[in-house]
Amino acid sequence: MDDSELRQFIEALLFTVHDPISIDRIREVIEEVEPKRIREAIVSLQGEYGGDKRGICITEIAGGFLMRTAPEVSPWLKKFHQIETREKLSKPALETLAIIAYKQPIIRCEIEAIRGVGVGHVLRTLLEKKLIKTMGRKKAVGAPIIYGTGEEFLRHFGLASLAGLPEVGNLEVKDGSGRAQEENRQDR
Amino acid sequence: MNYRVEQEIFEGPLDLLLYLIKKEDLDICNVSISRITDEYLEYIHLMRVLDLEVVGEFLVVAATLMQIKSRALLPDEEAAEEEEDDSAEALIQQLAEYRKYKEAAGDLEQRELCQQNVFSRPPGREELDSEGEILLDVGLFDLLGALSSVLERLKEEPVTEIVQDKTTVREKVEFILELLLKEEKINFTSTFAAARSKVEVIVTFLALLELIKIQKVRIKQAGQFGEIYLYRHQTTD
Repeated sequence: MDDSELRQFIEALLFTVHDPISIDRIREVIEEVEPKRIREAIVSLQGEYGGDKRGICITEIAGGFLMRTAPEVSPWLKKFHQIETREKLSKPALETLAIIAYKQPIIRCEIEAIRGVGVGHVLRTLLEKKLIKTMGRKKAVGAPIIYGTGEEFLRHFGLASLAGLPEVGNLEVKDGSGRAQEENRQDR
Repeated sequence: MNYRVEQEIFEGPLDLLLYLIKKEDLDICNVSISRITDEYLEYIHLMRVLDLEVVGEFLVVAATLMQIKSRALLPDEEAAEEEEDDSAEALIQQLAEYRKYKEAAGDLEQRELCQQNVFSRPPGREELDSEGEILLDVGLFDLLGALSSVLERLKEEPVTEIVQDKTTVREKVEFILELLLKEEKINFTSTFAAARSKVEVIVTFLALLELIKIQKVRIKQAGQFGEIYLYRHQTTD
């Protein structure tokens, strides 16, 4: 498969999928092609779609790639498809999620110590939305549940990996549940 | 505890403190605790008057604030002063820590907002077949509609021969599967081409429903009200 064929195939593939697709997944059908070449083909496509006034862009999300619409056209798209504005997370939910994202793995009382208020019902909501997940229990008094970001987290916020979280103050992302991050690194 | 009103304005006591510090345009690092204590207490009073839920945590912080303030009012004694510094500093540190995550949350909120204006292909709504035709999922009404047009056509043909119907669903299940072995997809209408009576059509239709139910056959439609096709279900076998 030469470079132009590869690009052609990947463009078509990205057009058909609805979930971010990783380089490893793409390689399942073209084993002979090195991951590096696949990445190069995607970057080249990204460059093309990144040009002026294109309606589609190729974005890296949750360790994979996805074709998405350009944000500028959203008012008309929403009107055409009659899309209601999606439900937003509440402030307490966002704060709790931020604490978990930056400090995972973390237990409930550690979150509450930072927020200065109980987070029981917020945790439940976040778990239901798969924005966080339980990661077992800590070997401490009462065996508290350990929390980390869930599978929907990266996608919900359009992040390529946990490393893509912006630096705030002197917050650093601990490499707790960075599975997506790991996979991502292998791709490179 | 009574959970009547979810007050969104101040989620917790730290939130209220940060708000007061910001309102007074104070620097978080050298804020005078005594100065904001009165205002903090006033807000709590107001929240109670308004019948907002004042959670226990608000009162804990209120107690800490009053303790720090009262210590400051006592005549200078070394021990007391040190202790004041400690609890005041701990509170300020907690505030600084909380503020970092509040900023991070603000950033996430921005990202969430951006995501709401970006769309990707919705899952499973449209699929492309090998000829590039857009295929839609087929509902029961589409199937019934297609069935009625098959029955309609059957009516037009004059009855020339009377035969006893002995067709069974099982036979028709095998018949459809056999058709799908020969071809990747078959036309809904052509499935009934061999049927010579109303009963046979209905039995064939029941067989089809059964195959869909046990996931041996997938049905797709070329556009709304378009032709319906039967496919072998790829995940089985």
